Amino acid sequence: MSPLTLAYAAVAGALLSGVVSLAADRFPAALRFGSFSILGAAGVAAVAAGVEELLSGTRITSQLPFGLPWLNWHLRLDPLSGFFMAIVGIAVIAVSLYGPGYVREFERPTRTADPAHSDGESHTHQSLAALGLFTGIFVAGMLAVLLADDAFVFMISWELMSVSSYLLVAYQHHNPANRHAAFLYLLLAEVGALVILLAFGVLAGFGGNFTFSAMRAAHLSPIWASVAFTLALFGFGMKAGMVPLHVWLPEAHPAAPSHISALMSGVMIKVAIYGLIRFVFDLLGQPQWSWGLATLAIGTATALLGVLYALTQNDLKRLLAYSSVENIGIILMGLGLGMIFIGTGHPALAVVALLAALYHSLNHAVFKTLLFLGAGAVLYRTHERDLDRLGGLIRRMPVTAFFVLIGCLSIAALPPFNGFVSEWLTLQAALQVPVLASGVLRSIIPIAAALLALTTALAAATFVKVYGVAFLGQARTRHVAHAREVSLGMRAGMGLLALLCIVLGVVPTLVIRLIDPITQQLLQLSPAAATARGWLWLTPVSPHVASYSAPLVVAAIAITFVVGYLLLHRRARSARRSDPWDCGFGGLNARMQYTSTAFAQPIRRVFAPVWRIDERIEKVQASPTRITSVRHQLRIGDWSWLAAYLPIGNLVLAAARRVGRIQTGSIRIYLAYSFFTLLLLLWLIT
Amino acid sequence: MADNLNGWLFAALQTLLFIGGAPLLAGWIKRLKCHLQNRAAPSLFQPYRDLAKLFTKDLVLAQNASWIFRTTPYVVFGAMLLAASTVPLVAIPLPTSAIADVIVLVGFFSLARFFQALAGMDIGTAFGGMGASREMTVASLAEPATLMAVFTLTMTASTTNLSVAMQHILNAGLVLRPSFLFALLSLAMVAVAETGRIPIDNPATHLELTMLHEAMVLEYGARHLALIDWAGMIKLTIYAVLISNIFFPWGISRQLTLSGLVLGTVAVTAKLALLAVLLALWETVLAKMRLFRVPQFLGFAFLLSLLGILMHVILETSV
Repeated sequence: MSPLTLAYAAVAGALLSGVVSLAADRFPAALRFGSFSILGAAGVAAVAAGVEELLSGTRITSQLPFGLPWLNWHLRLDPLSGFFMAIVGIAVIAVSLYGPGYVREFERPTRTADPAHSDGESHTHQSLAALGLFTGIFVAGMLAVLLADDAFVFMISWELMSVSSYLLVAYQHHNPANRHAAFLYLLLAEVGALVILLAFGVLAGFGGNFTFSAMRAAHLSPIWASVAFTLALFGFGMKAGMVPLHVWLPEAHPAAPSHISALMSGVMIKVAIYGLIRFVFDLLGQPQWSWGLATLAIGTATALLGVLYALTQNDLKRLLAYSSVENIGIILMGLGLGMIFIGTGHPALAVVALLAALYHSLNHAVFKTLLFLGAGAVLYRTHERDLDRLGGLIRRMPVTAFFVLIGCLSIAALPPFNGFVSEWLTLQAALQVPVLASGVLRSIIPIAAALLALTTALAAATFVKVYGVAFLGQARTRHVAHAREVSLGMRAGMGLLALLCIVLGVVPTLVIRLIDPITQQLLQLSPAAATARGWLWLTPVSPHVASYSAPLVVAAIAITFVVGYLLLHRRARSARRSDPWDCGFGGLNARMQYTSTAFAQPIRRVFAPVWRIDERIEKVQASPTRITSVRHQLRIGDWSWLAAYLPIGNLVLAAARRVGRIQTGSIRIYLAYSFFTLLLLLWLIT
Repeated sequence: MADNLNGWLFAALQTLLFIGGAPLLAGWIKRLKCHLQNRAAPSLFQPYRDLAKLFTKDLVLAQNASWIFRTTPYVVFGAMLLAASTVPLVAIPLPTSAIADVIVLVGFFSLARFFQALAGMDIGTAFGGMGASREMTVASLAEPATLMAVFTLTMTASTTNLSVAMQHILNAGLVLRPSFLFALLSLAMVAVAETGRIPIDNPATHLELTMLHEAMVLEYGARHLALIDWAGMIKLTIYAVLISNIFFPWGISRQLTLSGLVLGTVAVTAKLALLAVLLALWETVLAKMRLFRVPQFLGFAFLLSLLGILMHVILETSV
């Protein structure tokens, strides 16, 4: 089958899974078994389409007789879209393995606090049909964005993706916080979409029509190209969660059901990255180095602020959402370096940077999906998202704990896992700066590299916190202490991704060979040097400059373990168990453990200006010497919300109030408005 | 092929020398410090005796220790072993240094630290969490400074492969590079923080509240503690070797000849012994810092390394 047929099958499958689940309100099994298996098949088709496309490296275009009379739907599958299609497919497969177990959560009516009811609670049935339908449309929308070859199809699919994900964020709408998050998300998604439309508008204005091939052929003056680039960066950056446009992301991603959060954080923001790559590297022509510098600077800020905000979160899903912001920053850094190297005439190095960005997109999709699914498993069994109420889950949910550990090791960029490879590639790209002629670039890029190192180290701290507080130690609440392992399907979904984390980390060269046609397509150069010494060695620039061999690292680790086991463990007698050290006072309990808040406190103190910290300690004193209770309250706010969003929001409200004055509510006055408008228009025409 | 095999054999031997010699360096520093502080000094081989004693002891685990707690010592030791195997100690042609460049080396340190911090939180005592939190804080500030200092070197030699970089510096001869001066200072400061020495941490402390590193490993005993302690000594040695062989590579052998290797061993022993004297002096003269002064210390190290990079870019690159 040709890759494009497979891709069509994937889109159709995703839509079909949505349709099938319409029956789910009456027969819940329709969602659990029917819809998710079709979605899984769609995921397999998407991966197959992507991989086949990457292996063949050809561009397949097609036109479908839909759409506007003068503009048929132009579709195209090329290596770049194939790569992202495979990314979407992988996450969709994992989610459809995981989903059937997870949605049982929504089959039960949920209790919500409702003062209107006599017993103070109301029972809300959540529509499974809606969940399945919107999931299907969401996945189909993402896949269709990747297939689009004209701005019209692109925007339609983009909107399908945005609106269906809005409905999914609003799925648990009985919670006012979710409604608020969903509204914010929809608002910013639409603003972003408008900006993207403007960006396409600039290209279409020069190219003559809305097809991507016309846009490629267009010749833009440098100023107009910069305008188009800025619009695209903001539009796609809005969706990707670029600082300071990211505020919707930590609100919206956690609000959706966990498997949807996984798709949104793992994959949807990658679709935005795809849009940016497509726009800048493919449609817009030669990137200028100043764009690269801007992208690099924004990417660095995004990465650093993202991880600092992640570190201080106590809500597990919110923390993961902020960490997505961080990883988008790292991807943007890679893209920025790529633009700088192209703009200054070093396409061979741009290949390394682009490779780093693409590989990190894939890796982040894998481990972030895994971590969100893990958070969902914890939520499913304990109904807790607050880290400070979890603990000790490694003993209650050993398999989930193991998979989440692999996710944490990957996202903390530790060798030999996959996150490390892409960060290593990004650093390698950054270290090639001595070839640049401009002294400014040569001094700015190493600083960005150092901040990337800081980001990585902070990410490690963040995920030590996540894992240490949630999975290690002792359970902090009763129901956490009685949590059970999740179902086989949910474990399988996570296990697949955990396996991928290891495979992508240990044999990066195989995947990098697959990425080869993409750089061929965008830069007419292949990263041949990266795999020149065979599959064992990753040598992005040349073996002399830098090399990394994950398989040998793993082999060495294995040898060390075997030797260590033979030397130490075999001879040793079995361990005796005893109480931990309690300073001789006795009575250690779970409340004495370090909490998530406590863990982050030193770093919070070091980087204090980054957050808007509102910390209060209230003491109730019975007498001057005796304090009966102490209350500690800590609120951590996001500056960009206060500095960028609230002023704009207030401005809009103020403007609306002004405009509101002419809305008197009297029909006669409205008729008068119409009359005078007509007069004015007639006068203008004649 | 035979040549290649020799190389790998040499790499294995050198790694053994590295991990075998690490306790000796620790013993030497301890001895020097005792002399400087007018205390009776233990034997130079005391660390070996301590390790041997710990290895023979029976293991006692905390009640709720999970498998993370039990695997961590092996992961930590394994990571240090790997790190040690990639650093040229007595000779430059080291095939293993191609497996992992200097960024991966820092990655190995992070891997060890990650697991150690997790193990600290595994039991669920306050000290473990405290140690983990503080260690991660210090590490996240130290790591960028380390990488910046190393980047100065790698940009000069335009490689991140340690063997190639040392070769480059050795070939360049005695050149005074201002950037290296800054990088050296910065790396030295970071090394002190990363290996848990005074003024950041006190390896000899027995007061729980002032512990950083020790608080994390408070629950460990017997062979687990032996592995962790040994890994700590190896880490100290790696940093010492990095400082002495990158900034003062003279004496290191360029070929795998017997005379070269002997000379290399003597040279590196002398360099490390001298560096140990400086460390012992430094630890005797300074007092431990408050935890919240540490960011300033590391911020200064970061600034120095940044200046180093800028020096390199402005003064030393000719385009």
